[in-house]
Amino acid sequence: MVVSSTATHNELDRLFRALADRTRRDIVARALAGEEVSVSTLAARYRMSFAAVQKHVAVLERAKLVSKFAVGRERIVRGEPERLARARAALVQLEALWLDRFKQLDAVLLTSPTAKGE
Amino acid sequence: MPITSVTSDPQSLSLIVIGEYPVPVERLWEAYKDPRQLERFWGPEGWPARFTRHDFTVGGQSHYTMTGPDGAQSSGWWRFLAIEPPRLIEIEDGFAAPDGSPNTSMPTMRMTFTFEPVGTGSRFRGVTRFQSLDSMEQLVKMGMVEGLRSAMGQLDAVLADL
Repeated sequence: MVVSSTATHNELDRLFRALADRTRRDIVARALAGEEVSVSTLAARYRMSFAAVQKHVAVLERAKLVSKFAVGRERIVRGEPERLARARAALVQLEALWLDRFKQLDAVLLTSPTAKGE
Repeated sequence: MPITSVTSDPQSLSLIVIGEYPVPVERLWEAYKDPRQLERFWGPEGWPARFTRHDFTVGGQSHYTMTGPDGAQSSGWWRFLAIEPPRLIEIEDGFAAPDGSPNTSMPTMRMTFTFEPVGTGSRFRGVTRFQSLDSMEQLVKMGMVEGLRSAMGQLDAVLADL
């Protein structure tokens, strides 16, 4: 591909594998919203074993979507919002394109009032 | 400015734009159906599009080329996945060689346009969905707005290699 480097592609692969699971998406959404939560709390919330949640969190960590830090004996999961910031930046550009389109369509609707219909 | 809402969801990689126009649904539909009207608003500002093909039928294709202020060009194609007049249009959109043939090494995106009558005219809803962040970034960089301008050199190289 032209735009992204190979390293970036590997990163993106990890990112998308990480987001391909509903539980992981929920963990990410909450973490990015600022919630800092322990792995044991997540295990209770999703009715999963501690080990199963650990695995999910590890996948998210490899994708750099979340990070973990220790508070006493607890492992706390925290969001890493920079990753999704890239997606957001791309969407902002697309939004600008649609703003252009809507503005231009206004002019079309004003100057070509002859509707032929379907 | 008739846009009433823009919702972008970085997690599902989709963008929803909603706008209202003081014209009947059929009039809005016509602007998308008629290539001469469509090309007047499809390209980014400063990048007018020219539709050289517009088979407005399910399975049909459209070809278009956008030309920038410095003469640089970017071509794209559509494939119509669904057409339900005057309510819904669903298309796949991708990059094309200057002759209109799809560039299969580039990602595509899916767009769904819906039109519905409201009290004052009609409401347009456009949903754009990308296959991945990778494809979204490429499409946005290479096909759109500022990204189009800054990626022009790269795009020229791609087109030259086809």
